[in-house]
Amino acid sequence: MMHTDTAPPGTEPVFHLEEEHHPEGSTLLGFWLYLMSDCLIFAVLFATYGVLGRNYAAGPSPKDLFDLPLVALNTAMLLFSSITYGFAMLAMDKGRQAATQGWLAVTGLFGLAFLGIELYEFSHLIHEGAGPQRSAFLSAFFTLVGTHGLHVTCGLIWLVVLMVQVGQRGLIPENQRRLMCLSMFWHFLDVIWIGVFTFVYLMGVLQ
Amino acid sequence: MFSNLDLQKFVFGRFTLADIPYHEPILLVTFAGVALGGLAVVGAITYYRFWGSLWRDWVTSVDHKKIGIMYVILALVMLLRGFADALLMRSQQAIAFGSNEGYLPPHHYDQIFTAHGVIMIFFVAMPFVTGLMNYVVPLQIGARDVSFPFLNNFSFWMTTAGAIIIMISLFVGEFSRATWLGYPPLSGADMSPGVGVDYWIWGLQVAGIGTLLSGVNLIATIVKMRAPGMTMMKLPVFVWTSLCTNVLIVAAFPILTAVLALLTLDRYVGTHFFTNDLGGNPMMYFNLIWIWGHPEVYILILPAFGIFSEVTSTYCGKRLFGYASMVYATVVITILSYLVWLHHFFTMGSGANVNSFFGITTMIISIPTGAKIFNWLFTMYRGRIRFELPMLWTVGFMVTFVIGGMTGVLLAVPPADFVLHNSLFLIAHFHNVIIGGVLFGMFAGVAYWFPKAFGFKLDPFWGKMSFWFWLVGFYFAFMPLYVLGLMGVTRRAQHFDDPSLQIWFVIAAFGAVLILCGILSFIVQLVVSVRNREALRDVTGDPWGGRTLEWSTSSPPPDYNFAFTPVIHDLDAWHDMKNRGYARPLTGYRPIHMPKNTGTGAILGALSVVFAFGMIWYIWWMAALAFVAMFVVTVVHTFNYNRDYHIPADAVVRIENQRTAALAGRV
Amino acid sequence: MSIAAATSALATRAGRAIRSRSLRGSRTLRGALLLPLFCLLAGCNMVVMQPSGDVAMQQRNLVLASTGLMLLIIVPVIVLTLLFAWHYRASNKSATYDPDWHHSTQLEVVIWAAPLVIIIALGALTWISTHTLDPFRPLARIEPGRPVPAETKPLEVEVVALDWKWLFFYPEYGVATVNELAAPVNRPITFKITASSVMNAFYVPALAGMIYAMPGMETKLHAVINKAGVYEGLSSHYSGSGFSRMNFKFHGLDAGGFDAWVAKVKAEGKDLSREAYLELERPSEREPVRYYASFAHGLFGSISNMCAFPGKMCMNEMMKIDAAGGAGVHSHENRERLRYDNRHVQQGDEAPGATVPATGRAPRSEPQPGDTPPAGDHQGHDHRGHSTPGPNDSVAPAQRNNN
Repeated sequence: MMHTDTAPPGTEPVFHLEEEHHPEGSTLLGFWLYLMSDCLIFAVLFATYGVLGRNYAAGPSPKDLFDLPLVALNTAMLLFSSITYGFAMLAMDKGRQAATQGWLAVTGLFGLAFLGIELYEFSHLIHEGAGPQRSAFLSAFFTLVGTHGLHVTCGLIWLVVLMVQVGQRGLIPENQRRLMCLSMFWHFLDVIWIGVFTFVYLMGVLQ
Repeated sequence: MFSNLDLQKFVFGRFTLADIPYHEPILLVTFAGVALGGLAVVGAITYYRFWGSLWRDWVTSVDHKKIGIMYVILALVMLLRGFADALLMRSQQAIAFGSNEGYLPPHHYDQIFTAHGVIMIFFVAMPFVTGLMNYVVPLQIGARDVSFPFLNNFSFWMTTAGAIIIMISLFVGEFSRATWLGYPPLSGADMSPGVGVDYWIWGLQVAGIGTLLSGVNLIATIVKMRAPGMTMMKLPVFVWTSLCTNVLIVAAFPILTAVLALLTLDRYVGTHFFTNDLGGNPMMYFNLIWIWGHPEVYILILPAFGIFSEVTSTYCGKRLFGYASMVYATVVITILSYLVWLHHFFTMGSGANVNSFFGITTMIISIPTGAKIFNWLFTMYRGRIRFELPMLWTVGFMVTFVIGGMTGVLLAVPPADFVLHNSLFLIAHFHNVIIGGVLFGMFAGVAYWFPKAFGFKLDPFWGKMSFWFWLVGFYFAFMPLYVLGLMGVTRRAQHFDDPSLQIWFVIAAFGAVLILCGILSFIVQLVVSVRNREALRDVTGDPWGGRTLEWSTSSPPPDYNFAFTPVIHDLDAWHDMKNRGYARPLTGYRPIHMPKNTGTGAILGALSVVFAFGMIWYIWWMAALAFVAMFVVTVVHTFNYNRDYHIPADAVVRIENQRTAALAGRV
Repeated sequence: MSIAAATSALATRAGRAIRSRSLRGSRTLRGALLLPLFCLLAGCNMVVMQPSGDVAMQQRNLVLASTGLMLLIIVPVIVLTLLFAWHYRASNKSATYDPDWHHSTQLEVVIWAAPLVIIIALGALTWISTHTLDPFRPLARIEPGRPVPAETKPLEVEVVALDWKWLFFYPEYGVATVNELAAPVNRPITFKITASSVMNAFYVPALAGMIYAMPGMETKLHAVINKAGVYEGLSSHYSGSGFSRMNFKFHGLDAGGFDAWVAKVKAEGKDLSREAYLELERPSEREPVRYYASFAHGLFGSISNMCAFPGKMCMNEMMKIDAAGGAGVHSHENRERLRYDNRHVQQGDEAPGATVPATGRAPRSEPQPGDTPPAGDHQGHDHRGHSTPGPNDSVAPAQRNNN
């Protein structure tokens, strides 16, 4: 029979570890898996927008509604926030707590600006009578963009909580791990937004 | 006057006392039964001073073994509810002919078949599968717990919260009448106003979060926590099927979450995703829900396949035939399960090219499935088969499942599906694979691992009674439905005109009674086994001559599972260890690092029930408060950095010495 | 381990196993085999297995052929399972025991290849039959060996699934019926199928397979009936309260009989005006057969475009506007013109899937006395006066304002 022994021939095979076993941490893998599942939620919302995006119900179309310069500004806010989060992580690697906190705060401000602009856009649309109940296109639009916005909101709350925790306990390994997770989350939202910007706004207006 | 009404609406939403069905005798009796039963349980817990222990050792436990056991208990309790629904349906259909209306009017009958489907899939099959995976996987890979023990506890309580939400609908308001998958436009706000569909949505949404997170958890566990030497091709088959199942969960449940969220928006906000009007598209719902729904079928069956593999190999006293091809077959099924969803609605008129594509991909799945059946067959070949209960379930499965598989492939031929779709033939088919496959698998798993979990075997006599009642009852209950399907009888009908059908429904109802006997035998088996536990006691930890690592530790295993992390050299690691004269170490114990219990999961689960109730009844303040509370509890939880502890070495020594003594005391 | 031993076991012992009836589980197998026999005794009519239309007959043949193909694998598997289970039982010490035998490349090739071969055959059968039996495809033949004559014009029937009755239009004859369908034998029929509020499926088992009836959409079905007779028709997709009673009779008639039937409809029927249709469209159960000697012009088209109600915009018009890029921001009035699903509530009818508190009745109670069918010519079981009709806000879903 084929025994694929790891022990060299002639020695007794080892069947247990004397020392304590330390499996590698699973947090980043687990969080990445969660992000992929979140990505699927966005995939469904994108697909829905793809199916319903032209069903204007004899109402307004993207060309009538979207203000590209405003959205471009919004996109810039989110992209900048990603860069500043990157700086925060670099500072964290060097163990510089104050710099980390500073960059995190800047990131939060950019995120807040993004949300503010998005809310302004939404309220403007609803005011024009182009709310999510107007047509399937607008339902899909508000849901896709709104879900992204909701994620950014969660990210911001998380950011604040982490800043408090870093302030309380410093850059201990747990907090570093948490900052890594939020980093993945934040960049993930950036990637999704690039999809939204291209697929919804650019292709909507320039079709 | 108006302000009074507004206040009432603000406080109670759309709930009034009239929404409690206190005039319905069936429900009143059920409620009385549940209330008395609940009081008895509460009384017993109080009398035996069990509350503290219940909270400390079970509710707040992050131990994967206890969580696994709680999942299985949840599944068994919900099985009783789901099966009661089945009995109601079978008896209604057996009598409602011609001028006889039966005893269930349509608006009640429709809720019952909806509840039956929802409960059996989401709150029986899913917790059963998750529970067994939770219990067994860490033991089989030589780990001390799962990757995220708190998340595991939280997942369980979310699943339970979903079940509670569904159960509340029995006594407060009504449940959905829009079928278990809630197809719009029927399930939309305009066609199904009222709380029914909202109960359905929130129950599934809350439970779905639990399922998704437990999927993430088990994947991470299998990928990262395996004992040294256990390469992927040395994983026990059950771990492989669990891995594939959890990959399917993580890749499918977000779709369910998203599609339910869209339906929620349609119902609460007035969007137009799945409405007929204003550009909505109900057909998109069919596609999306089945992109989740078909993988869901494999989420349920793959772990059962894993159990059958373990059971066959153990009781045949033989290595599993064709391990590699078993693994590849599982992976192929996992991938293909995403390419077949459209076969659930060939009759929507997608066109011949699309229909035949999905028909053929469906048939292709039967190839790896067939290979698996042959692998079990050739594991039996030249084996020495001990017909303990799990093996009986396995043989019953092999014979039954291939019939269900055959009718399934038949339904995958689109023109054949045109005459059989939505008929009782379809009902017979999927009960044939879900009972004959999933449920038989779960019962085999329970009988197989029960001695591991509790330290004594289940009573074989009542187990065999249960098996034969289930098997024979299944054939009596569902073979007539195949015939009825061929007679052109559709599903979900509350009444029939043609009296020549009645005899078949009567036979089916008789089959349901036999299955009831099977369930009762199972309960008797549990009671008898607990009473005779000393006679059925197993001190070896390895009552069946097992082959995988879970049998190398004591029964029940200590909190830390393994005093020393095992090192793996071969597939069937424990068999290999026994073969090569492995001696259990008696010294050198060290403190063991373990996660701490926490009540956060249970609190969040309870709050999500409150939140869902508020949303369902439009009691907005309640929903808002519960939501804020959940948020606060979550954030506060993240401020707790003190989440683990060490079991001191002398405690380990004490536990292990007890085991040494027990093993020595055995003659 | 040689493959020869295993395959010889497969070949030689299979026969013995079939004869040996004492095997574990054979009781259930025999039960399954007895069922068709029982069916003969009970005199049941397996209409799917004995249909009267050529399309359904081809589908029946496909069911039989596929089942036969699969039994080539299924029967040996069941037999071998029982055989191995019996032969290798622990108490049979004379059986070979080879605990380390777990691999045989030849055998693995066989166990993957055998199902593969069957599936290739079945896949080919599927591809061909799905295309020839596509419900959207006009018929090529009336019966085996009898192609559709070139000059034959198919009978066109427009089908509407209402809550909960079937409405059939015969544009060629200018008549319409409720819950009764008729067609001459051996003349191809073209069904155009839609629904008024929720999905249903149009199914006459003796005639042809089912297809969904969906609001705002039109599906097609081509079929032919070969034998005169009265057949069952039904909805085979759950659609709410009245679903179980949503049945109709399909009359296959000879040419003379069909003309007489049309004449009878013309003689006995009333006019199906738009107003009459809107009344008919409201939810009701157990509708009797109704005849209409004439119907409003273009009624089916406006039903399938969801604009039978006065003042509503038709789907096709909306789609034309949408294809041209929408109607701009100043198009608020279009929204109300396109609202369609909320009419049950606006009319005070109980919605098909309503639950407490929107039903206005106590949860899970028997239908209240007030629900009994009103006397007079309207024998249907109505669903009116349950819900509290309210002024309908144009934005939020109906249920929200309904309590």
